[in-house]
Amino acid sequence: MTQYIWAFIIGGLICVIGQIMMDGFKLTPAHTMATLVVLGAITDGLGLYEPLIKFAGAGATIPITSFGNSLVHGAMQELKESGWVGLMTGVFKLTSAGITAAIFFSFFAALFVKPKG
Amino acid sequence: MANKQLKKMTPVQQEYQALAKKHEPPRPLLLNCIKAFFVGGLICIVGQAIQDIYTKSLKIPINNAATATVATMILLSVILTSIGIYDKLGQWAGAGSAVPVTGFANSMASAAIEHRSEGFVLGVGGQMFKLAGSVIVFGTVAAIIVAALHLLFNPNLSGG
Repeated sequence: MTQYIWAFIIGGLICVIGQIMMDGFKLTPAHTMATLVVLGAITDGLGLYEPLIKFAGAGATIPITSFGNSLVHGAMQELKESGWVGLMTGVFKLTSAGITAAIFFSFFAALFVKPKG
Repeated sequence: MANKQLKKMTPVQQEYQALAKKHEPPRPLLLNCIKAFFVGGLICIVGQAIQDIYTKSLKIPINNAATATVATMILLSVILTSIGIYDKLGQWAGAGSAVPVTGFANSMASAAIEHRSEGFVLGVGGQMFKLAGSVIVFGTVAAIIVAALHLLFNPNLSGG
């Protein structure tokens, strides 16, 4: 149960950071998302994102920052196994499922849904 | 950047910009943050519940369960986008619905639906990553730099 409370709080706080970037610093949503992904990658580089996932569960894996984290993680994993080439082959290893799902489902949404207006 | 633009304007335009700025409604930062906190937090709770179903009831190992959870959230988001609910939520919740991975899927699905009239190759295929593309580009560049830095500072990491 405490896992749910922390997921709510950490997930909510990451969204508040995004909201402050959009309203306070007047960034566009695209700039905000790109910044958050880069922040997630840097946080993982410093070794801070994994502990956050252990602590907050989905509160850390659902926000877009975890996309940056997974990109770094995939690259590092392959780097360990196959050296420098791993940087290129590993980047999308962990995020492949998410990107594939988003492309596939979005394509079918466009097939069946009529645009409004 | 903004200053550069300002210098190019005629005095009348500058006056207008100042006037427009004065009458721009202030954004209710605190209220927006509270909305973002609650909606973002709730989306994460839904994700946690789905992940718990996968790990506890279906006994999927945690790494695969996290991946499956993200895919499930993306499917839910695309369905909610298709019936028009997610965009309404986005107007109310701001970053609360944009920052979770569901917002990433929403930006792809709504771009795909919106540009369908331009055809499937140029419209759906070409425009799907209109917004999500920047996330992937900057994420990839940052991830490769971070991983390369790791290797430079920890040379024994590779192969070990």
